This record gives sequence, structure tokens and C-alpha cells, in this order.
Amino acid sequence: MTTITRPRATTRRRQRARTSTHHQAAYPLWFLLPAIVIFTVLFLVPTMSSFYFSLTRWSLFDIEFIGFENFVTFFTEPSLSRSLTNTLVYAVLTSGAKVVLGMGLGVLLTSQIIGRGYLRNVVFFPVLVSVVGVGITFSVLMNPTEGLINQALALVGISGPAWLTDPTLALISVALVDIWKGVGLATLIYIAGIVSIPQEYVEAARVDGAGGVKAFWYVTVPLLWPATSTVIILSLIGGLRTFDLIWTMTHGGPGFSSDVLASVVFKQYQAGFYGISTAGNVVLFVVVTAIVLPVSRFLSRKEAEL
Amino acid sequence: MLSRKIRARRLGAVGTVAIAGLALAGCSGGGGATDDESASGPVELTILIDSTEATVSTMQGLVDAYTAENPDVTIELENRPQGSEGDNVVKTRLQTGDMPDLFWYNSGSLLQALAPEQTLVDLSGESFMDAVTDTFKAGVTAGEGVYGVPVGNAMGGGVLYNKKVYEQLGLEVPTTWADFISNSEAIKAAGIDPIIQSYGADSTWTSQLFVLGDYYNVEAADPGWAEKFTANEAHFADTPSAQLGFDHLQEGFEKGLYNADFGTTTYADALEKLATGTGAQYPMLTFAVSEIQANFPDNLQDVGFFAIPGEDASDVGMTTWLSAALYIPQGGENEAAAKEFLAFVASPEGCDAQTEAVGVTGPYFIDGCDLPADLPPAVQDLQAYFDSGKTFPALEFLSPVKGPSLEQITVAVGSGINTGAEGAALYDDDVLKQAQQLGLEGW
Repeated sequence: MTTITRPRATTRRRQRARTSTHHQAAYPLWFLLPAIVIFTVLFLVPTMSSFYFSLTRWSLFDIEFIGFENFVTFFTEPSLSRSLTNTLVYAVLTSGAKVVLGMGLGVLLTSQIIGRGYLRNVVFFPVLVSVVGVGITFSVLMNPTEGLINQALALVGISGPAWLTDPTLALISVALVDIWKGVGLATLIYIAGIVSIPQEYVEAARVDGAGGVKAFWYVTVPLLWPATSTVIILSLIGGLRTFDLIWTMTHGGPGFSSDVLASVVFKQYQAGFYGISTAGNVVLFVVVTAIVLPVSRFLSRKEAEL
Repeated sequence: MLSRKIRARRLGAVGTVAIAGLALAGCSGGGGATDDESASGPVELTILIDSTEATVSTMQGLVDAYTAENPDVTIELENRPQGSEGDNVVKTRLQTGDMPDLFWYNSGSLLQALAPEQTLVDLSGESFMDAVTDTFKAGVTAGEGVYGVPVGNAMGGGVLYNKKVYEQLGLEVPTTWADFISNSEAIKAAGIDPIIQSYGADSTWTSQLFVLGDYYNVEAADPGWAEKFTANEAHFADTPSAQLGFDHLQEGFEKGLYNADFGTTTYADALEKLATGTGAQYPMLTFAVSEIQANFPDNLQDVGFFAIPGEDASDVGMTTWLSAALYIPQGGENEAAAKEFLAFVASPEGCDAQTEAVGVTGPYFIDGCDLPADLPPAVQDLQAYFDSGKTFPALEFLSPVKGPSLEQITVAVGSGINTGAEGAALYDDDVLKQAQQLGLEGW
């Protein structure tokens, strides 16, 4: 025992000396305190209390503990449970399309084409516009009779669908607008990824006899994995939590056909069902965590393998 | 260095002059009330109202008439959206103590959801409440307290129709649902949209009329249904007469009787279709007449009204709505001034101000108020139901239970997404949540 304790004191002193010379000054732990207090008060406490409130029937003035009844309501009532599948469809659709289109545009906009700088700006531009503005603009454009989209289609002899008022199409139409708006960011990430791939790999592949497609498939795509996983994670989280576009374009309608989790949470809050609304938030939290956590684990493991 | 300092000071002087100028402008804008400012003390009231044309012009008329007589009071009207979005604004602002001095809101079940006993000022002890009719008081009573002063007229829920179209096609006002459908088929054959539906932006609330406006017929078939409904003993899906409203919506869709663009048509578009005759019949509350009067004065004489027909031609009656009311939130700073304004609203002078501003769409709920002689045809039709006594209040004035998602459900049924039976079942689920939230017995 004694042999161990005595040298520890000296090593600690030596360590302290080393850290102070190498890292200038190590901050004492209590410097963290303000951040911890703010984080606890503003984030941890509300999150934990929302878990409690999701188990209550909560009106303007009183709170009654009812166990898991809110969750039962949430999953059994068709108008509410439908939002769960819609959310998943929306998230998978938008993030898948952003990966494919973003990668394609990224490759296109890093190749030697005329007006490359201009095209890069055009693709990125929708990202800068406010979501609500985009939603309102597109709901005008997508008007089945007076909208520009269907009028343009009519010119070439196609009678366009009722984008936002056809119950089978409404969710997909909103997802299309989401893709239009978000693909610029995905493209930007891919451009950065493509530019950082050393040209030597492609050249080596060429020497080995790979054509353009093969070089893309076996060199560019695997080396773009970090960019792909960033795009997937960002757009999945964004898609699962989506609210603003849905709300400005369809209000979850017609009927309940384009309701997603976030819009249902909002509607239940509007109705004054604060307990069910909070339960919906907890479901949203669980769904986002349950999907994004394993996906990001899987993606980063694959990244490490490369 | 010195020169910069001087410039800064000069800029400061310019600023002072500018601010003084603004202050002067503010005084002149005050409308000559500056003299007695110190004597009685000017009061500024703010009233939160919904943004429909009818509400805004009615309230503006009342405010103008009141401030003309009380120059030391200035009243500002603040707009909020209609429908459940507006309910959200009202609930949130009440809860956060951010509600202005007065606000405009529905009577009946929607008021009950605000927990009036805990949030609103009880007016039952005020002398001006004596002039308010008992029918109306019943709709703004919670526990022992009476909370609202009515603005506007009694309304009927039914079908506004274009009389010219009816005349041209030689149609009669229908007394049964079957007649209504055969009329609609005839109108369709003539190339006119038979029934207008408007599920467009901010207009989904209009989809509820076939269900809510059918309550006279429900009551006729099952007397006392509202009490059983409140007690969780009867439901829409297990009462054929109550489910009929949903079935009617489904039938209209399946027979292609709605305007093709019902998904994007707004309330304002729908009134235009009706007034100009491109659509023939619009299920609506009669308050829409004042909007037609404001926007299509030339077509006012073309619009008539009938109650939603039931199964029995010998018992045709109308479902009625109480008007909205003004309420005072608890804890407001200008409670006394707000009550004085309410006293004006509950007087014959208040009625006259409203009549002058927007015309009349039905009888007032205030004793001593007279209706002008030259009523629009739709209002005469409405008045005829009141005169014959063939009226019954809508369910929301008989029961505190009203599901918040009805408008989405009726849109779903009217768009062919759900059947009438499915819609009724969905609404029963919706109602269950509301009843539990209100803590009613038996749920």
C-alpha cells in the first residue's frame, strides 16, 4: 500500500506541472457550474417534467394523474395514430431523395460545366428562404385550377393532379417541396465531400481500367460516406420533426391525411388537451431517438470501416 | 476630435426636435381630447376580436358610436384568426395573463372550455345585464356566474340559397332531405354547382354545417338527446338521427353535388359563388348575410335561406345559434371602463350602432331593440322560423361537450376520405377527450 501511495503524490504533482506547461491553464471544474445550472433549469427540468405531464390529464387549471391513458388514446385513435406512419413516410422519403439528388447535383456541380458558380447559387438559394414563405408560395403554385404548376402542365396537355387537396397526394406534395427546399444543403455537403477526395484515387482507378461509372461507384461513392451519413442524419431528424411546411401548406389536411406527429401535437395543444399533446411530444422524442440513434451508430461504424 | 463632438451634439439636437415633432403629431392625432385629459383621465381599451369581416365591421360600428359619445376613451381592436387557431390564441393569452381588456368569443360549449369561473369577470351583479334575454344568459352561464354580453344577432344554421337560380329552374324550397337532393340534381343538370363546400385555407370550419345545423331534426327524432349525449348515454355513431348529418355530407360527395374546387375554395370565395349564382346552395350560418351585404350589395336580394331539411315534411324547423359575446378577463387594469363599454353594448343604442354598421341578420338578444323594416330576404326567411316558433338551439348550446376536431372530420367525410359512419365514430372519439378534459360525470 505504502509503496503505491507515496509515488502517486509525486506523479500527480508532476502531472499538474505537465498540464500547466502544456495547456497553459486547466479550468477548475466549478467553471462548468453556470452552464450546468442553465442546462438543468432550461432543458433537463422541462424535459423531465414533460415526461410527468404526459401521464396526466392537464387542463387550464388542474392536473389529474391518469397513468398511460394518453398514450393509449394516442395509439388507438385513428386520427392520431395515422400521424405516426405519415411521419415515417415523410422522413424516409425526404431524406432518401435528398441523398440521391444531393449526390447527383454535387457531382454535376463539381464537374467542368458552364455557369457552375451560378448554378451552385441557384441550387442553394431555396435554403435561404423562410420555410413559411416557401409553404405559402407553393400552396399558391399548387392550386389545382389556378396554380402555375397545373397551368404549365395543361400547356403540354397534362391535367395536373390536385396536389394538396387530394388525400393520397397531399403528404407527398409537401415532401416534394421539402426536398426542393432542402436539397441545396445536401448538395453543399456533397460538393465539400467530393472536392476533398484526392484526385489520385480516381486517376489510379482510371489507370486500372475503370470507366466513368465504375470510378464513381467504387471510388467516389464510398469515399463520400461521411457526407452521406451527415445528410442522412440531418434530413432524418428534420423530416421526423417537420411541422412548419405541413402547417402552412395543408394544416394536416384534407381531413387528417397529411398529419404528422408535430402537427398532431400542435392540434391537441390548440384543443386544450395539454396532457395528450405532451404525450405526443414524448412519442416524438422516443421515435426520433429510436430511429436516429441506431442509424447514426450504424453509419459511423461503416465510416470507421473505410 | 472637437469637430466630431460638435457634430454629435448637433445630431442630438436634431433628434430632440424630431421626437418633439412626433409628440405633437401624437397630440393632434388624439382628436382634441387633450383638454380634459387631466380631468377625467383618458382610458385606452383594447378588444381582441376575430378577423372576419362581419365581426370587424360590427365592432368598429360599436366602437365608433361609443367613442363619439365618450371622447376620453380610445378603443383599439386587435385581430385574431377564426376557428381552432383562434381558440388557441384565446386560451393561451388567457392562461398567460396576456388578454386585453375585453375579448370577443363564442358562447355555449366553447366558452365552457375556457373555465370561465376561473378566468373571467362575473357580470351577473351588473344592472346592464337585466336587458340581456334569458335565452342568451343560459349560453354564457357557468356555475353561478353570467359572463358575457351579446354582440350581433341570433343566427340560424341552414342553407343560404340563390333565389334567382331557384326561380329560373322553377324549384321550391325543400321540406325534406329527399327534396333537397332532387333540387340539387336539377341544379346540377343546369350546369350550376348545386352545393357549395369550402375546405380551403382557414375555411375548414364551414364544413361543419350539415352536422351542426341538423340538430333540430335530431331533437325531433330523439327528444332530449343532448342530455343523454352529455351523460355519455348516446353517441353520434349509435344514434341514426344524429349520424344523418355525417351521412348527408357523404351523400353530397358521392353524388357529385359539390363544386369541383371545394378543396381550395375559401369562405369568401363561397359567398361570391353564392351571391353571383355560380353556386346555388351554401350550408352556412345566417351571419354570412352581413358579409354578402358588405361585399355584394347588389346581390343581397338574390339570397334566401331555409333550414336544413329533415325526414319529416310536416315538422320543418331551424337549428339556432346564439351570437358571440364580449367577455372581461380577470385581473385586467381597466375593468371599470370595460364594464361601461359593455353597458353601452347591452343597450338599444348599442343595437342601433350595430344595425347601422352591418345591418341586421336576425333578432337581437337585448330587450328594447327594434329591427328595421327593410330586412334582407334571407333574414326575413330566418325571422319566419322564429315567428312560428319552429326553432331549437344547436347542440353546442345544450351540452358543454364539443369535440375540437369536428371540422377536420367533416372535411374528411365531405372529401370522400371517410364514410359518414366512420366520421361519426371518429367524432365520438374526439368528444370523449373533451368530456374527460372537462371532468364530466360518466365518461
